[in-house]
Amino acid sequence: MTQERKLKIIIAKPGLDGHDRGAKVVARALRDAGFEVVYTGIRQTPEMIAETALQEDADMVGLSILSGAHLELFPRVVQELKKRGMEDVVLFGGGIIPREDVPHLQEIGFKALFGPGSSTHDIVEWARKNAPARGAASLS
Amino acid sequence: MTSELSRRLLQGDKRALTRVLSLVENGYPEGRQALRELFSHSGRAHIIGVTGSTGSGKSTLVGALARHFRQRDRSIGIVVTDPTSPFSHGALLGDRIRMQDLTSDPGVFIRSMATRGALGGLAPATNDVVTVLEAAGKEVVLVETVGAGQDEVEIADTAHTTIVMSIPGAGDEIQTIKAGILEIADILVVNKADQMGADLIARQLHMFLTLSKDRGWEVPIIKTTAHQGKGVSELADAIDRHRVYLEESGRLEEIRRHRARRQLLSLAQSQFLAYVLATAEADGHIETLVEAVARREMDPHTAAERLIEAVAGGRFSLWGSQG
Repeated sequence: MTQERKLKIIIAKPGLDGHDRGAKVVARALRDAGFEVVYTGIRQTPEMIAETALQEDADMVGLSILSGAHLELFPRVVQELKKRGMEDVVLFGGGIIPREDVPHLQEIGFKALFGPGSSTHDIVEWARKNAPARGAASLS
Repeated sequence: MTSELSRRLLQGDKRALTRVLSLVENGYPEGRQALRELFSHSGRAHIIGVTGSTGSGKSTLVGALARHFRQRDRSIGIVVTDPTSPFSHGALLGDRIRMQDLTSDPGVFIRSMATRGALGGLAPATNDVVTVLEAAGKEVVLVETVGAGQDEVEIADTAHTTIVMSIPGAGDEIQTIKAGILEIADILVVNKADQMGADLIARQLHMFLTLSKDRGWEVPIIKTTAHQGKGVSELADAIDRHRVYLEESGRLEEIRRHRARRQLLSLAQSQFLAYVLATAEADGHIETLVEAVARREMDPHTAAERLIEAVAGGRFSLWGSQG
């Protein structure tokens, strides 16, 4: 068998807004860039997202939110991931996130936040650059 | 000696389970070691395969079945499969959407897999992933294939009980008669039974069954409306009846032996192939032969024979191994 670590990204929509066009476009773009992308669908609780990351052993988790509840929900996803020992997952986000909220979200662990107008090309390039170099050793 | 990771997995550590699954899926030596250690702990679960065409409702039915088996207090592992793009080698794994509510149930563990170039409807490492889930104590393992057409029948070699799904309005009875995938069914499901034509397809399937050989088990045809949970309890009963039949008739032992042979031979085959290709690629032999076939100086059969001779030193004859 050949050794090949495919990178796995979870794209999830926390909270109650049902607008997932953006999440789907990003998921598709990452698939077309060679990632294995798990799309969870809409209306996910932070627990569901973290548990999905655990069961799928995700390398990265991307959250899409348009409801304005990011300051509430993003930190809870971080907490739930920690609870499950998944703090090494690389986090990013997108959607309607006011500029003044970005520093705080970066502080709690979101490495990048893609607002309206971001190109899928930029997101894919960012994901490639920031994918964790997880070898077998760090898998244990 | 059992490694720390396997030990933690056997004690029910989910983080260890998910990491072992990654190591196994990606072919790491640590994954191979874990499999060696965990194999003797596997073999007790009831492995249920669910297959059918794209859009027939496989994920919805798998979710509904899992919910039902949870009511019967069984721990569940679920392996869902989606196709890898032949162009980008990426994959969009979307089967979880239909069963995300189950993530909050600690008795359920769901893992998505991409086919990564395998053609039989499953991923290359599906059997190993099932083994690991069994070792982790799952009593029922549900395995969902990619959307299958007529030929993706590998699930029958993985599962003890294979469910083949049909839906109304997808082709005439000739499709039913010729479809190889129906022949692997232990249970036939007509899903979306609330739609027009469900009775017709059920009758066609019944006709098909009267034509097929008796295997000592009468294949039930069960109508479901999976998204409403209708028919799921009958289906779960049929699954349990099939398990009892397998045990009492001695079929389960036969299946185990058959599977052991298949796995052994298919692993030997892929490792031998990898060895042949790696060796021949390293010495540039493949390119020479490709060139010769492209120029029509040598036919492809002879070229393949030469390739294997070059690697194995004439100890293997291609024609001999086929005869």
